[in-house]
Amino acid sequence: MAKITFREAGGSEHTIEIDNGLSLMEGAVRNMVPGIDADCGGACSCATCMVYVPPEWADRLPAKESSEEAMLQFCPHATAESRLSCQITVSDALDGLRVTVPESQH
Amino acid sequence: MNDPLIIIGAGQAADQIVASLAQNGYKAPIVVIGEEPHPPYQRPPLSKKFLAGEMAVDRLYLKPAAFYDKAGASLMLDRRVTNIDRATRTVVTGTDARLNYATLVIATGSRPRRIALPGTDLDGVLYLRTIADVQAIHSRFQPGKRLVIVGGGYIGLELAAVAVKHGLDVTVLEQVPRLMARGVGPVVSNFYARLHARHGVKVHLSTAVTGFEGAGRVERVACADSHHAADLVVIGVGAVPNVELAAQAGLAVDDGIVVDDQCRTADPAVYAIGDCASQMQPLAGRRLRLESVDNALSQAKAAAAAICGRPLPPPQTPWFWSDQYNVKLQMAGLSAGHDEAVVRGDPESGTSFAVFYLRDARLIAVDAVNRVPEFMASRQLIAQAARPPADRLRNEGIAMKDICG
Ligand SMILES: Cc1cc2nc3c(=O)[nH]c(=O)nc-3n(C[C@H](O)[C@H](O)[C@H](O)COP(=O)(O)OP(=O)(O)OC[C@H]3O[C@@H](n4cnc5c(N)ncnc54)[C@H](O)[C@@H]3O)c2cc1C
Ligand code: FES
Repeated sequence: MAKITFREAGGSEHTIEIDNGLSLMEGAVRNMVPGIDADCGGACSCATCMVYVPPEWADRLPAKESSEEAMLQFCPHATAESRLSCQITVSDALDGLRVTVPESQH
Repeated sequence: MNDPLIIIGAGQAADQIVASLAQNGYKAPIVVIGEEPHPPYQRPPLSKKFLAGEMAVDRLYLKPAAFYDKAGASLMLDRRVTNIDRATRTVVTGTDARLNYATLVIATGSRPRRIALPGTDLDGVLYLRTIADVQAIHSRFQPGKRLVIVGGGYIGLELAAVAVKHGLDVTVLEQVPRLMARGVGPVVSNFYARLHARHGVKVHLSTAVTGFEGAGRVERVACADSHHAADLVVIGVGAVPNVELAAQAGLAVDDGIVVDDQCRTADPAVYAIGDCASQMQPLAGRRLRLESVDNALSQAKAAAAAICGRPLPPPQTPWFWSDQYNVKLQMAGLSAGHDEAVVRGDPESGTSFAVFYLRDARLIAVDAVNRVPEFMASRQLIAQAARPPADRLRNEGIAMKDICG
């Protein structure tokens, strides 16, 4: 279980607890965090579950696979801090993680 | 006018229209009537991770219960709508209860095409569409069992991949000479035939099934000149739209329920979205019914915008995916009517490649096998009506990012 904070583009924050084994995306959807569309349900095919991870957390997350990296390259709002939240499996190690949700996934 | 907006069907499209209505500030009550006992859930994992046992059932559910409450939507599950009366704006449910609607959204999806052959009623002859179907398959899904899959479409092939990994003895019988013939081009079909053969699936093409045999439960599948022993048969030969309610209510049906660009039928109070709707597809230049998550979501968003008097979201390139083994197939656009197919990469010996489909030099579709950049770039290029030169598409030395320009 990890306590994770999602910050909306407008500034409001949602701190939620996510069970180990679920993806960050699933945790956000179950807790009705706005701005995570997740159109493909976690199949790494839609890039509508993107979040920004601050640099101090980047190395502590499971590394990107090539498909995630390639999806992000074609996302309109992606930056070096972007991750697809469906590709990040939650574990205790993520406790305290803070991510930002983009204003729009499209 | 306090009658609710009623949605018939509680699937992928229903879930999205509830979300989009809420996002657009829709305030009137919403009632979602679904015949399955589950809240709206995603079907793609039914032939992938959920079938493989890697995912609990609650992970299929698209939203938590609180989401529907917050959106002002009540779910009436395990209830089938049996009639629509447009004159009085009512729907009748199985228990003979009548409910009035102000606006009606038909999101009834599709169901597996049944085949009219002897023996389909035998025990062990199954289909794959719902959670209940997967549970029935699971009860017979033991290593060593002989599974015969009728139909080499993407659902049957995803099932084959999961089953052979699980230690079942798997045979696929496909009537036409190639796999996934309705969805992808021949180069991709041939790649998948080799992929499945390599994993130990027995793929028989151009093989028409003539019936199922057994004493009470299925034991063999009969074809014109062969027999295949079976402990379990799954039939996956396409889907037919659930349009009977609409047709009985006098709405136009042409394969799917006929709708305009707002997903509205000829009755301004009635919309249809998802697998059951037939809508003009600009890329194909004609009205079509699409069966995909993307289409269910796009149509739900368009209908929600129309209902709320908002501008329609800009049209997107249709897309689809299929996971078999560790190979990801991603498709964008609609390839029907192409006059040129351009291959990038080596489908014969490689593990990744893409096929681009062009019509009058315009890119209209892509089949990308383990090729995310080709898929993502094509989604943009297709939406822009771009005419990327075939020799650049073919040239692996030029990055897709650069072709996008
Ligand atoms: C095994 C499988 C794998 C798939 N994989 C993919 C994939 O990888 N990628 C992809 O893009 N798409 C995939 N699809 C297709 C995708 O799931 C569908 O296109 C999508 O579910 C369509 O959404 P829908 O809301 O129109 O229909 P559905 O999700 O089918 O929902 C319709 C609901 O309406 C209910 N209903 C029907 N009639 C009535 C009635 N009279 N009264 C009450 N309720 C009624 C039905 O029981 C059903 O629950 C897959 C489908 C299946 C079956
Ligand atoms: S949910 Fe589609 S890529 Fe993450």
